[in-house]
Amino acid sequence: MAVRSLATRKTLTLGLNSTRLTQSRALQTFSLPDLPYDYGALEPAISGEIMQLHHQKHHQTYITNYNKALEQLHEAIQKGDSSTVVKLQSAIKFNGGGHINHSIFWNNLSPIREGGGEPPKGSLGWAIDTNFGSLETLIQKISAEGAAVQGSGWVWLGLDKELKKLVVETTANQDPLVTKGAHVVPLLGIDVWEHAYYLQYKNARPDYLKNIWKVINWNYASGVYEKESA
Amino acid sequence: MACHLLLTDFTLPLKSPKLSHSRQQRKGRSNGSRKVSTTVAYYGLKTPPYNLDGLEPYMSKRALEVHWGVRHRGFVEDLNRQLRKSDILYGYTMDELVKTTFNNGNPLPEFNNVAEAWNHDFFWESMQPGGGDMPKLGLLGQIEKDFGSFTNFREKFVETALSLFGSGWVWLVLKRQDKRLAVVKTSNSINPIVWEGIPILNLDMWEHAYYLDYKNDKAKYVSMFMNHLVSWNAATVRLACAEAFVNLGEPKILIA
Repeated sequence: MAVRSLATRKTLTLGLNSTRLTQSRALQTFSLPDLPYDYGALEPAISGEIMQLHHQKHHQTYITNYNKALEQLHEAIQKGDSSTVVKLQSAIKFNGGGHINHSIFWNNLSPIREGGGEPPKGSLGWAIDTNFGSLETLIQKISAEGAAVQGSGWVWLGLDKELKKLVVETTANQDPLVTKGAHVVPLLGIDVWEHAYYLQYKNARPDYLKNIWKVINWNYASGVYEKESA
Repeated sequence: MACHLLLTDFTLPLKSPKLSHSRQQRKGRSNGSRKVSTTVAYYGLKTPPYNLDGLEPYMSKRALEVHWGVRHRGFVEDLNRQLRKSDILYGYTMDELVKTTFNNGNPLPEFNNVAEAWNHDFFWESMQPGGGDMPKLGLLGQIEKDFGSFTNFREKFVETALSLFGSGWVWLVLKRQDKRLAVVKTSNSINPIVWEGIPILNLDMWEHAYYLDYKNDKAKYVSMFMNHLVSWNAATVRLACAEAFVNLGEPKILIA
């Protein structure tokens, strides 16, 4: 009996040790970031109903599924199960991308009384004029490309750090901007998935793209631009 | 070749072109003639085989007004507008146009419009008031043969619908080479006829298809479709037509 309890204690400590070991390599789980404004604060450009669903349901679902996929990936790596590791890549890209993209998006928006819609000044304003001629031209370009995305996706204003210029890109589904180039940093992203506008604008994606500029947070984009172009 | 059970909307005016705007119909034909009567082809928007409130409460009248009345109509009108610019693509049936404009994976600009018009025609007819329940007889037999049981098929269909990333469609399709039914998902506007599959049913999994009625609750939408909307009648007729082209083996003849 004593032997057995010794053994149990040993296995217990062994078990505890291994738990500690795995905990030190523990998986970070992601959680839903808070919005820096109320759901209704972006009206009438984007309805409170959409903001709430978009944040609490869609973004949350991406995070939940991202965490699940990462956990499965972690297990598969530990077991050396290569085919599962590879199989999980699309779920990670989709759900992880969804988390990345939406986290940026919430910062790209701001209520009008907090500066939403105010044109960018400083170095970003200057860079826009240099790269595109004017802010209006850039806005037209982004809106046109966003409207032309077939199916689901995003339209981006990015900084190509290698070429040192601003670019307008679109990505499909939840592909993050980095899939267009390792050196391309997102400054501004606009979600053109139907869930981002359908309840309010129905089929009229161009109307959504016209109105969203009233609540675009150029301050955030400027901040990222200044940091990344330093 | 799909069997379309359709009501063509003849309320769309067939416009005749002004005679001053003459066009060559084929390469090589001289344009020396003074009065060239040109033929113009237009696709029409077909109405669903039920009233717009016929699928309530599982698909609302409001949803159909926007989905069919605005979006589907938009595809047909945009397609006609594209075709007006050039007559190279005239004279095709919608099936042929889908395959031609798919261009072996490098789609032409017309593909999205014609494929979505096709997909939505097929979708409205894949549903009926009082739908759902189960298929019968030959179709049920084929499903049981190819999936093991109807329950297995239903699980596979639902799982496929819910695991689609982004916009797309889920299909019950008859694979010609394999001579069997399968569940497939396609992205955006892709349609199985481009790889010679014969569609039997489809379900629109673009967000616009369910968002007004179910918001982000995809699972409920798919479940309601399976329980109350899917038209096994339409599927049966389509499979019967398909059997003219695909030999599914000896029929089981029941002896009294």
